[in-house]
Amino acid sequence: MNEEEMSKAPGVLHLPTVLGAVAVAYNLPGVSQPVRLSGEVLADIFLGRIKRWNDPRIAQLNPGINFPSRDILVVYRTDGSGTTYVFTDYLSAVSPAWKQQVGTGKSVRWPTGLGAKGNEGVAGQVRQTEGAIGYVELAYAKQTNLSTAAVQNAAGEFVQPSVEATTAAAAGIADKLGPNPDFRISIVNAGGSGAYPIASWTYLLVPSQLQACAKARALAGVIEWSLTHGGEQARQLHYAPLPEHVRDQVLGRLRTVTCGPSREPIVAGE
Amino acid sequence: MAMQPVPEQAGVLAAAPGPSGWARLRVRRSGGNVADRIYAACLLAFGLAIPALFAFILFRVGMSALPAMREFGLGFITSSRWNPVEGEFGALPFIFGTVVSSLLAIVLAVPLAIGLAVFLTELAPRWLAAPIGFATELLAAIPSVIYGLWGIFVLVPWLREAIQQPLADRLGDTLAFFRGPAYGSSIMAGGVILAIMIVPFISAVSREVLAAVPRDQREAALALGATRWEMTWQVALPYALPGIIGATILGLGRALGETMAITMVIGNRPEITASLFAPGYTMASVLANEFAEASGDLYLAALMEIGLLLFGITIIVNSIARFLVWRVSLRSGKA
Repeated sequence: MNEEEMSKAPGVLHLPTVLGAVAVAYNLPGVSQPVRLSGEVLADIFLGRIKRWNDPRIAQLNPGINFPSRDILVVYRTDGSGTTYVFTDYLSAVSPAWKQQVGTGKSVRWPTGLGAKGNEGVAGQVRQTEGAIGYVELAYAKQTNLSTAAVQNAAGEFVQPSVEATTAAAAGIADKLGPNPDFRISIVNAGGSGAYPIASWTYLLVPSQLQACAKARALAGVIEWSLTHGGEQARQLHYAPLPEHVRDQVLGRLRTVTCGPSREPIVAGE
Repeated sequence: MAMQPVPEQAGVLAAAPGPSGWARLRVRRSGGNVADRIYAACLLAFGLAIPALFAFILFRVGMSALPAMREFGLGFITSSRWNPVEGEFGALPFIFGTVVSSLLAIVLAVPLAIGLAVFLTELAPRWLAAPIGFATELLAAIPSVIYGLWGIFVLVPWLREAIQQPLADRLGDTLAFFRGPAYGSSIMAGGVILAIMIVPFISAVSREVLAAVPRDQREAALALGATRWEMTWQVALPYALPGIIGATILGLGRALGETMAITMVIGNRPEITASLFAPGYTMASVLANEFAEASGDLYLAALMEIGLLLFGITIIVNSIARFLVWRVSLRSGKA
């Protein structure tokens, strides 16, 4: 939630559960190697400044690939979505031009391209149109077997989106989180080794003070169990478990939640 | 050709017979019987429920749209910038997309639907008319998301390869309507899918209206030596014209409000271009796309105002329809 929304819902905590990655998917027949893209080149493609696949700036990043002189068709999400938010957040982080002209949001004013509805719409449009490039949640890219670009992270590595690379993106953030942290902190353009740069948290919204203690304890049990045992199931759905030290911080934050008139902690065994 | 006064057709013109206005209500009330009075009161409540609901919706949407009206004034309708990040909202591209895609749909659908209705009522043998009529009505029962998916996977690629690309290559430089690049998803794809969706409505109503043309009118024309073509063209169709116009407006109303299918094929780009191959955006689509995740009061208000405008456009279209039907039936009545 942004500040305006937070002010309408005071005392609500954002507790991360898993991490999601946004994959850059493309359709380029004849190119079998994965394409490598830097943040700036990606931003310029979505700004409409790079219009063809054989642009020298793309070729420079991909020495072994012979690109066709095909027009690039940008495909974006039209329904307001977190996926769009994360992707535009990343482009704003890596490209001053993007930040100034477009910015970050769940719906933005796209400088070029076609809009499709939902992850499935973007995936469908990319798969059908030669020369198309779009962004989808990692799970959709995997399920629809689209080619995904290796995106350069802040450390200069080109990383393919994967569950492991997404977990790695959050690993570096632990130092920035103080005691009783607010987890509304962006993890795009992460720099750790093997970190995929277009990633974000998925939150549960939990009130910091709950009414009924019986319900609150059951809720705490569910959250604890998901954080400690849910990782494997998340992985199968292409969502990444939190790095262990971040998970411990989230569990610590959960212990600060209280219930009932006497404000008892909702996590037992304290 | 002499013509009888046109009776009520397909409910388009519902002129009440008998005592008019409040007098009718009073007649019912003066009955004295308690059951009759309860009966009249219930019916009155039912009758008033719809205008009340209409007023309530209009009021709530209007209230929610108020912040955007204050902020942008008339500029909301004339501006073509839509940038939620910067808080700039202009509805012109959506109005344009809605009107152009719906008009395109009408242009494509009306000849097909009327041709179909004429064929089914005037020419087709019974064994052929029944299955064709049934298939047409079946089209109306398909959910719009199915049309949308079919549009994405079948119609859009076909339009791109078979229609848009060749036209753009040959005529794109001379005619702005056909300027490339041809991506498939476009105002044209939106218009075509809407046309397919509204054909069943227009043809079903037109068919009923044509079937209602009195037999003696047709026989009189044939007896005067008219050919089948002349009978259809000069007697049946003019007689049915008010109803056909009503049917067309019914289709137009549906095209204006259609959301799901057109969102999936129109390309969802808030821009105004002359080319039919360029992506566009409709008012109903932007509401469906952005409402769920709109953050900020002004953003929500802007979307509400678009809803209000769509409401307004629908009312205008319906008023024009009523006027047209009235004019046409008046003229054919006098002739």
